[in-house]
Amino acid sequence: MATLPPAPLPEHDHADAIRPPIVALGVIGWVRQNLFSSVLNSLLTLVILAAALRFLPPLIRWAFIDSHWFSTAAACRNDGGACWSVISANLRFIIFGFYPPDQQWRPLLAMALLIGLLLYSRERTRWKPALLYTWLVGLAVMGVLMRGGLPGLPGVESSQWSGLPLTFLLAVFGMVAAYPLGVVLALGRQSHMPVIRAMCVVYIELIRGVPLISLLFMSAILFPLFLPEGLTINKIIRAQAAIIMFTAAYIAEVVRGGLQAMPRGQYEAAQSLGLNYFQTMRHVILPQALKIVIPPTVGILISAFKDTSLVVIIALYDLLKTTQSTLSNPVWMGFSVEAYIFIALIYLVCCHAMSSYSRRLEREL
Amino acid sequence: MNDLPCQTPTTLAPVTEPIIRFIDVHKWYGDFHVLKGIDLEVCRGERIVICGPSGSGKSTLIRCINRLEEHQRGKIIVDDTELTANIKNIEKIRTEVGMVFQHFNLFPHRTIIENLTLGPIQVRRVPRREAEETAMHYLDKVHIAEQARKFPGQLSGGQQQRVAIARSLCMKPKIMLFDEPTSALDPEMVKEVLDVMIGLAEEGMTMIVVSHEMGFARSVAHRVLFMDYGVIVEGAPPEEFFSNPQHERTKLFLSQILD
Repeated sequence: MATLPPAPLPEHDHADAIRPPIVALGVIGWVRQNLFSSVLNSLLTLVILAAALRFLPPLIRWAFIDSHWFSTAAACRNDGGACWSVISANLRFIIFGFYPPDQQWRPLLAMALLIGLLLYSRERTRWKPALLYTWLVGLAVMGVLMRGGLPGLPGVESSQWSGLPLTFLLAVFGMVAAYPLGVVLALGRQSHMPVIRAMCVVYIELIRGVPLISLLFMSAILFPLFLPEGLTINKIIRAQAAIIMFTAAYIAEVVRGGLQAMPRGQYEAAQSLGLNYFQTMRHVILPQALKIVIPPTVGILISAFKDTSLVVIIALYDLLKTTQSTLSNPVWMGFSVEAYIFIALIYLVCCHAMSSYSRRLEREL
Repeated sequence: MNDLPCQTPTTLAPVTEPIIRFIDVHKWYGDFHVLKGIDLEVCRGERIVICGPSGSGKSTLIRCINRLEEHQRGKIIVDDTELTANIKNIEKIRTEVGMVFQHFNLFPHRTIIENLTLGPIQVRRVPRREAEETAMHYLDKVHIAEQARKFPGQLSGGQQQRVAIARSLCMKPKIMLFDEPTSALDPEMVKEVLDVMIGLAEEGMTMIVVSHEMGFARSVAHRVLFMDYGVIVEGAPPEEFFSNPQHERTKLFLSQILD
């Protein structure tokens, strides 16, 4: 059989790149593709649309049109709109609790400093040793602002710390201390030294086997019984310690997952260069393992943030508790929906900031 | 066994003391006896290629040299230091023994140049600038200097393996171990890696290579060892090894891989 001559090459033998087919759709196309692409989708779209038409207008009417923003409680009771006045009238107490009113610029400034530092630290290019020192100084300044005791800054007992500053305090210190502790526990659990490994396993399993509430109770009631006479440890610090211990145990397990996902070859390559254990972990294993576990870690940090509200059970006045106290005032009784929506929004903003930042971090790292 | 005394391997190798000595080394994985009494001496500047069927213990053997695997009986002495549980000795030996892996094992979160400078900066305490100069020198030597700022994932397999070789060289090792360095590569990339290894051989590096690249063994090795079931069945200079194998198992193995 005669062989065919080779097919002639196309005219441009480094074939012209063909443009991708045009897929832009316009509004109608978008609607078709995203809302009515199948029978089920069309049905769901219609159901959701109907529900929105049914429920949204009354909600908007209640929240924005019939609502009161800066009225007295009595004015609110006369018509059916939302009474945001419960917040505007009690904002000072909800946010700052029992902190002396004439000194409340101090927690305000401390919170502004905290948020400023958090915003400043968002850029990874600024993650240098100097930033760490800035934080240490910043935290010290916040502590001085809150506690006072300097000339010109009258002392404020920590039992008067409450509201949003207390929530931030418990959350930020809780997360910042729990994360490294959790990493250390995870490394300990992987250790070749049996005693260290056993200690870490016992710690993690014990803490994870107990609800946070019971840890808080223990810190508030049981723990002081074991202290020698005359020695007391501040209640906030005890609650803080309970939150840190609890969160660290969960972070440890997540980080362990990341460590176990690292291929053995990475350890071997690092070791064969002569890196010791700490160098291997610091430069090779942890940067990769911690990156893998960003999503579950942030999940834990977010729930730790929300769990700080459990300190109400040991009578610390965090944001949730100051709000509840406001509502127990007979004048403002009955406006709990509005107050809780406001609190929920604060939590939502914070948690959303955390999760969207974690997504960005995951992309960048 | 056909161990050659250190003064003779070829004219290339200088007359020296052995730099690696295995004395009756045994190792078990659980109940499985992987190494069954290995005796081996490697001289400075000597180049050894180890071949053998999979599971014969050849990788384990070279991984014992830098203690990625622990032996349970016998002695291994590397550069006058015996390998024991002493972690300081192990770390010292590891800085002198470079290792190249089948799967490269580059650090994916660091750029090429950072892969190369990590060891020198952290272990040898070399200043960063100097470490980077050394790194660029070796990257140049493996013909990949222009990729210095990329990440390992952006390189082909052959390029990654050359980077891995350069990474080991940056520690200025006395001995280089290669654990099947070309087995995970696409065929067209094998040559670029072997060329780098040949260049290294020409400079007199002590090399132990686990490989089935018989062409490489023939042209570069002073000695080829054949391992099977945890023992070194035989070892001889390549011309002798390939033309006149002594044992049936060696003949069978060679007939299978040389076809």
